[in-house]
Amino acid sequence: MATVMHSQKALAVNPLKVSQPMGATLAFLGLARAIPIMHGAQGCTAFGKVFFANHFREPIPLQTTAMDQVASILGADESVVEALRVLCANERPEAIGLLTTGLSETQGADIRRNILEFRKSYPEFAEIAIIPANTTDTLGCLETGFAIAVEAMIETLIPRDRRKPCASRVNVLASSILTPGDIEALDDWLGAFGLEANFIPDLSDSLSGYLTDDGYASLTFGGAPVSAVASAGEAVATLVIGRSLDRAADLLRARTGVPDSRFKGLLGLADCDALTKVLSEISGRPAPARIERQRAQLLDAMVDCHFKLSAARVAIAADPDLLLSTSAFLTDLGADIAVAVAPARADAFDAIPVESVLIGDLEDMERGAKATNARLILANSHAAAAATRLGAAHLRIGYPLYDQIGGYAREWIGYRGTRQALFDVANLLWNQREMIKPYRSIYWQGGARANELA
Amino acid sequence: MKQSEIMALQNEPACGHNNKGKSGCAKPQPGATQGGCSFDGAQIALLPICDAAHIVHGPIGCAGSSWDARGSLSSGANLYRFGMTTDLSETDVIMGEGEKRLFRAIKQAVADHGPPAVFVYNTCVTALTGDDLAAVCKAAAKRFELPVIPVDCAGFYGGKSLGNRIAGETALKHIIGTREPDPVPESAERPGVITHDVNLIGEYNIAGEFWHVAPLFDELGLRILCTLSGDARFAEVQTMHRAKANMVVCAKAMLNVARKLEEDYGAPFFEGSFYGIVDTSAALRDFARVIGDPDLSERTERLIAREEAKAEAALAPWREKLRGKRVLLFTGGVKSWSIVSALQDLGMIVVATGTEKSTEEDKARILELMGPEAKMISDNDQKALIDAFHGFEADILIAGGRYLYPALKSRIPFLDINHERDFGYEGYDGIVELARQLSFSVNSPVWRQVRAGRPWASVATIANAAE
Repeated sequence: MATVMHSQKALAVNPLKVSQPMGATLAFLGLARAIPIMHGAQGCTAFGKVFFANHFREPIPLQTTAMDQVASILGADESVVEALRVLCANERPEAIGLLTTGLSETQGADIRRNILEFRKSYPEFAEIAIIPANTTDTLGCLETGFAIAVEAMIETLIPRDRRKPCASRVNVLASSILTPGDIEALDDWLGAFGLEANFIPDLSDSLSGYLTDDGYASLTFGGAPVSAVASAGEAVATLVIGRSLDRAADLLRARTGVPDSRFKGLLGLADCDALTKVLSEISGRPAPARIERQRAQLLDAMVDCHFKLSAARVAIAADPDLLLSTSAFLTDLGADIAVAVAPARADAFDAIPVESVLIGDLEDMERGAKATNARLILANSHAAAAATRLGAAHLRIGYPLYDQIGGYAREWIGYRGTRQALFDVANLLWNQREMIKPYRSIYWQGGARANELA
Repeated sequence: MKQSEIMALQNEPACGHNNKGKSGCAKPQPGATQGGCSFDGAQIALLPICDAAHIVHGPIGCAGSSWDARGSLSSGANLYRFGMTTDLSETDVIMGEGEKRLFRAIKQAVADHGPPAVFVYNTCVTALTGDDLAAVCKAAAKRFELPVIPVDCAGFYGGKSLGNRIAGETALKHIIGTREPDPVPESAERPGVITHDVNLIGEYNIAGEFWHVAPLFDELGLRILCTLSGDARFAEVQTMHRAKANMVVCAKAMLNVARKLEEDYGAPFFEGSFYGIVDTSAALRDFARVIGDPDLSERTERLIAREEAKAEAALAPWREKLRGKRVLLFTGGVKSWSIVSALQDLGMIVVATGTEKSTEEDKARILELMGPEAKMISDNDQKALIDAFHGFEADILIAGGRYLYPALKSRIPFLDINHERDFGYEGYDGIVELARQLSFSVNSPVWRQVRAGRPWASVATIANAAE
């Protein structure tokens, strides 16, 4: 159990934290024919669009209630209703994620009442699902915002009735640690056992990056359909990936009665084995030869790479689930997590294999890494400059990844994803290995190497 | 090279292998032979002369698969890191173009890099077609006005040890004694400290490990004229004949150099190692002893006391992690016993040691260190070694690089002790690094995970349940 330390600084420098509204936006982008609306000033949305567009290299459907001075002071109820009306009328989406921001929460917005008013005034749009999420900036981080939105999807879309389960259907509550590439890999993993995954939400279908015949669309052009989310009660089991979704999972189980299995992540041998075991039990099938082979390849990589990882000093700055998953993965391979920084507190801290987790920013990470001479940094793209200053290697994880292309497509999970992560970490650390400093003898002056530079 | 010359090299009189009626290096057995050829051995021994150009004369096989194999590090000059070969083609071989091509190759190396000397290595194909390496080198030396050294080391002459010896012979014949040492620089003179010139033979500065030891030599006033050949310069090899004492570091194969230097120049030599506290101290004491300077002896003792205390303190936390761990040591020759004492010193139990290239004398030392029950393994087959590992219930295997992946495949912790490694283990600092790496390897959490079975039911179990 890690002790939680708080950065005592008044000034956050090089922030690690990405806001809750961003997390909720991301989750809603995993619904099909959907668009999130941020209830706030137009800037909240503009920044969010650019942030995700640079990360995913995709157009990002995102709208705003565009609170102005008058709305901010006298009340923005009309702005919310109007925003919903315009979007419903113009875009005819299947779902709208309506999420609050620091501004609207401070003002005291009541988006649930706004939705009721909208329903009363515009019954013609009754078919369109509207999912409210309270995600102020002043609490949590991207991961918690994402989790709140997933909870809201369950609350809003899934009926309370018990249904007859379909033996091959499995719900997957997919937290923000899973990239679109991860979700595709997970889909294959379940498929190998003859199981059909129902991802809630499904970023792989909306943000994995592919060209469609339709060209640009103003709504998400893929993702989990509302009907699929609504039918979660028909699944034989639910898999929950990421501790941040514990509350959402509790809600789903209470509502549908579908039993669940929970995983802190799917990076590393232990977590992969745990999932494979569960899939074998759910399906009543042995692990296919392909999975066995991938596992054997991971084992081989583990013994091949362990020299490079032994006692390697690593600094990680990430949201709690990602911090937990990556630190457990590296610790199991012999690395030493010298610095662990998270932007906000979470239950996941109880399982992080470090002495203390610091709630702080990338400056805290940088100082800790400097003090411990960490040679590898795991953090988002914002840490690139710090890594350069430290002369340390930098493996990009989390959000945002703006200085590389394809971060969203990367598979981190499963035996193959784990193996690639292991190779990358080993190679980065190999380049960082400390060589014995060349010694220049006092007797060399005037000799064959007087003019050599070390 | 003539058969008689090869025989002469194999019958190195100072080599322990030539006692007990066993004559010289054993013949390789087709189908059951491991280890490199004499080209490999010669190149390993001379390549670390790092300001020279090293040209491999032959088709691509020889240089192509061996160049830039890292290992031996330089403190400055880096020309030895450039892979150079004549890369002979089919036409070159059939039309007898090899010699001309070699001459042009030397010309190009000299023009592009301006080295102080060029080494030319003979290989199987060029030896077979009869290229006159010596004549080409002589002509090139005259034309380009620099030493061009022919190294006649075709792979089929024999094994790696022979190659080492050919390298030593080449150094003796063509390089050593061709230049006088520079005067000791004034800035290096210290009151009351007499500078003595020494050589280290068979010290390769793997991973820079000699830099752990080199400062101690400076402190004691021992000027290293040359290390043959780790981090060496050509001009230094030329002056080796002026050393007052020579140490043969962990390599029987270069004994011919030490013996000839004693015969021709009267410099005494001793064999030793820098692996472990005991051996490092012994090596420093031996220098003082053979040089016979009482003041040096006194200063050496003070330095040893200081360094040993420092190393003991640094080792304390690692001893805790290594105590009682069982080691199967498999490194031939001198290392079969020199490392034993280092490991025992760490509180580890050496359950058996390999004696692949060990002499009777080496074996006597093993018995002395490990007691009369000492288990010795002479079989160098990987599979037999893995079986022995399990038989002895060992915790870690220490061996050369070619056993690395067989060990890892068998889920066995491993420490590489030979040339390919990334870490330096020599001297008082090196033993701490060795302890660290041993601890990392044997205590890695990876072993528990890769040895545990898969947690789900096997195909058979599920099939049975279904019936």
